[in-house]
Amino acid sequence: MELQYYLILSALLFTTGVIGVLIRRNAIIIFMCIELMLNAANLAFVAISRSLGEATGQVFVFFVMTVAAAEVAIGLAIIVSVFKHRQTINVDEVNSLKG
Amino acid sequence: MNAEQILFILFGGVSLIGAIAVISFRHPIYSALSLIVTFFAQAGLFLLLGAHFVAAVQVIVYAGAIMVLFLFVIMLLNLGTLSAKGAMSGKLKGFAIVLGILLAVEGVYIATNVLNNTAIASAQPATETPTTTTYDIGELLFSKYLLPFEVTSLILLAALIGVIVLVKRGSEAEN
Amino acid sequence: MSLELIVVLLVAPLVGFLINGLLGKWLKGNEKLSGWIGALAVLISLICSIIAFTSVHSGATPFDETLYEWITGETFAFNIGFRVDALTTVMLLVITGVGFLIHVYSIGYMHGDPGYTRYFAYLNLFVFAMLILVLGNNYLMMFVGWEGVGLCSYLLIGFWYDKKSATDAGKKAFIVNRIGDFGFLLGMFTLFAAFGTLDFASLFDAAEADNFQKVFGASTLVIATLLLFVGAIGKSAQIPLYVWLPDAMEGPTPVSALIHAATMVTAGVYMIARSAVLYELAHTGEVVAWIGVLTAFFAATIALTQNDIKRILAYSTVSQLGYMFLGVGVGAYASGVFHLVTHAFFKGLMFLTAGSVMHAMANELDMRKMGGLRAKMPITHWTFLIGALAIAGFPFLSGFWSKDEILHSAWGSSPIIYVIGLVTAFLTAFYMFRLIFVTFYGESRADPDVASHVHESPPVMWIPLAILAIPSALIGLLLGWGGHESWFHHFTKGVFPEAHHEASGNVLLFMAISSVVGLAGIAFAWMRYSKRAPSDEPTNALHKLLANKYYIDEIYNALIVQPIKNGSHFILWQLVDNGIIDGIVNGVAAIIRFIGGILRRLQTGLVQAYIVSMVLGIVLFLAYYLFFG
Repeated sequence: MELQYYLILSALLFTTGVIGVLIRRNAIIIFMCIELMLNAANLAFVAISRSLGEATGQVFVFFVMTVAAAEVAIGLAIIVSVFKHRQTINVDEVNSLKG
Repeated sequence: MNAEQILFILFGGVSLIGAIAVISFRHPIYSALSLIVTFFAQAGLFLLLGAHFVAAVQVIVYAGAIMVLFLFVIMLLNLGTLSAKGAMSGKLKGFAIVLGILLAVEGVYIATNVLNNTAIASAQPATETPTTTTYDIGELLFSKYLLPFEVTSLILLAALIGVIVLVKRGSEAEN
Repeated sequence: MSLELIVVLLVAPLVGFLINGLLGKWLKGNEKLSGWIGALAVLISLICSIIAFTSVHSGATPFDETLYEWITGETFAFNIGFRVDALTTVMLLVITGVGFLIHVYSIGYMHGDPGYTRYFAYLNLFVFAMLILVLGNNYLMMFVGWEGVGLCSYLLIGFWYDKKSATDAGKKAFIVNRIGDFGFLLGMFTLFAAFGTLDFASLFDAAEADNFQKVFGASTLVIATLLLFVGAIGKSAQIPLYVWLPDAMEGPTPVSALIHAATMVTAGVYMIARSAVLYELAHTGEVVAWIGVLTAFFAATIALTQNDIKRILAYSTVSQLGYMFLGVGVGAYASGVFHLVTHAFFKGLMFLTAGSVMHAMANELDMRKMGGLRAKMPITHWTFLIGALAIAGFPFLSGFWSKDEILHSAWGSSPIIYVIGLVTAFLTAFYMFRLIFVTFYGESRADPDVASHVHESPPVMWIPLAILAIPSALIGLLLGWGGHESWFHHFTKGVFPEAHHEASGNVLLFMAISSVVGLAGIAFAWMRYSKRAPSDEPTNALHKLLANKYYIDEIYNALIVQPIKNGSHFILWQLVDNGIIDGIVNGVAAIIRFIGGILRRLQTGLVQAYIVSMVLGIVLFLAYYLFFG
């Protein structure tokens, strides 16, 4: 398979994640979309890694996954505390930044 | 159409549909399950690319650990569908989708046109079915990328402490 | 003479100022200590001055050395440097000598004042600034001292700052001096533009060699000297800027003695004497002489009708300063400076005795409420009498010699000036003895309870009076015997250019005329006032005009102060400040508030709205790079 098909797929998955972040109001789902975007990036990494014939890209995938795991842990903790305070995880209702 | 192409279309199609499902279902449980499907399909794509280690980690870490965490939180908080209160206006939503499509067009353009002119496109794989073994990755991780590797451990430690502090403080406030 | 000596001389009062000024809080409980520190600082300067004087007197070459470079530029340099010649040492002796006695006197006079340490700090600072003024070897240092003494004058006039008249007088003095200082600055700029230096030595050499840039064509020196003279008019209270000096009497009396009689106000005379070379070359002395003699006459007439003893002395000071300018104006620089010296002693003495009277009379200044003080205050009476005889030109007392020299030189310049000066001498004798007869003779007119407390001042006050009385009486005889061949002329010979017109006529004749005129004034005063006090109400139009000081303050107020006030109020404040400046400031604020009001709607608080704008940015940037880049 050509490299570019993987990249196209990666771009489409990424965009799907972006759209999800933009239109969903449930913080958990927004989080999942972020994971989706990270995965799309991972796909591109691995595809290019194969194309270049070296393992560096996959090492980066490893790092991305580590960071993603940390991020999910923190993010979910934040969501839990927000829910405890406000009884909601609707991002539209968490608007204390309003000017 | 050889087996690789068929598998690509299969895995790629499943992951794309799964992704769209993630952002389409109203209930977060369905979204989470769709995401697991996507992750599995991606693991298949990784196998196709000869990245066995990454595929395994994808299943274990993402589909296993991370998604379990998601499901756990969803069920812990007993989240159903959200009320329509404060819903984003339809105009903004439409605008967001248009933006997303434009971004997709640009991404595809990069993948097809721009990268053709770079070293990545011209580089030829060393063998017909190159396989990156866990040994290769391990060697890189513990030699060239040793310092970043150690730093990730610190990140994980920080995340660990952060989570404890966040959740503990929340429960104290409750009391 | 060495540089170290000069530095010690100069720095001693500064140290005194720092001790009293910075540690005053700790000295407060012990005012005697504070006062003696101040006096000691000046005593050190006095000793150094005497050493410097003997050095110059023994024929050492004039000292002119640079301590360090102060401001350096590509084409110019200003130095902190000192010049000590006969003129400087004379000024040094006057400043530190009279200054020391007045410091001692102040210890008693200011007893119990809550601002005691502050007073001595200011007084020391004044001496320091005055020393800079006379020690500097360039106009810039002179200007530094010039401004320094102006500042101290302001601080000391307004010393009792909770008294409105005192702060008003301080402000008046400062503002009027500012006008003069502006002239001085312009004069300095002119000189610098012409010569490229402000050092006395090189500047005078270049001027004599006619080797300088013509800034205003051929009249460079004329304009420069006249501008400098404007500075002198302000500082030395000549027409038309004399108005601040009478008001300056709001300050403590020793301050009036030191600053507003003996030293600071004579800075203008010193400056012109120092710049004698320039005035000779520019031939602007005549202007100086005319302003001087007119001021002398004008102030003397005002002094005739005043009833406040310090004001009489103030107008008398203005008048005597006029004499000094007359002297330096007609080219008799040595005579002008000689009069400066004698005047410093006898006028300082008179102010201090006036302070002694005030001290005894519970700060009463109106001499109509005095009278008959002779018996109760013998020392004060005698010392004041000596001072008054000296200023009146009583034969062989100090004023007689110096005034006579000036009048003699004036005759050689212009008989009209001489006549006006002579009339002024008569008026001087008259108003001074009017003051004496009304204050010290006749019946006591004081309130009974005040009168019962009248007493002679304590030793710390009368001893300085007694010491000052000696030079007031004798210094003229010692230094001035022999007219233009006197010791003083001989001593200052190298400093001043040769007089361009030798005084003519018989010296003894002039002395006789002056004596007769002075004695006539005294006799006339005796006839009018030995038995009665001045009437309260002016009796005729002339008297009224004089009693109101020619309405000069009122005229200035109407012609200058009010227009400036109104202009400031209506144009600068209401139009420019409120309208334009505030309008711009508030307008900017209003525009920003308006824009902010629009922009704040973007701050929805919805995180997704922010992300949308972020993604929009990404899309646009990518589009730009991909399709248009």
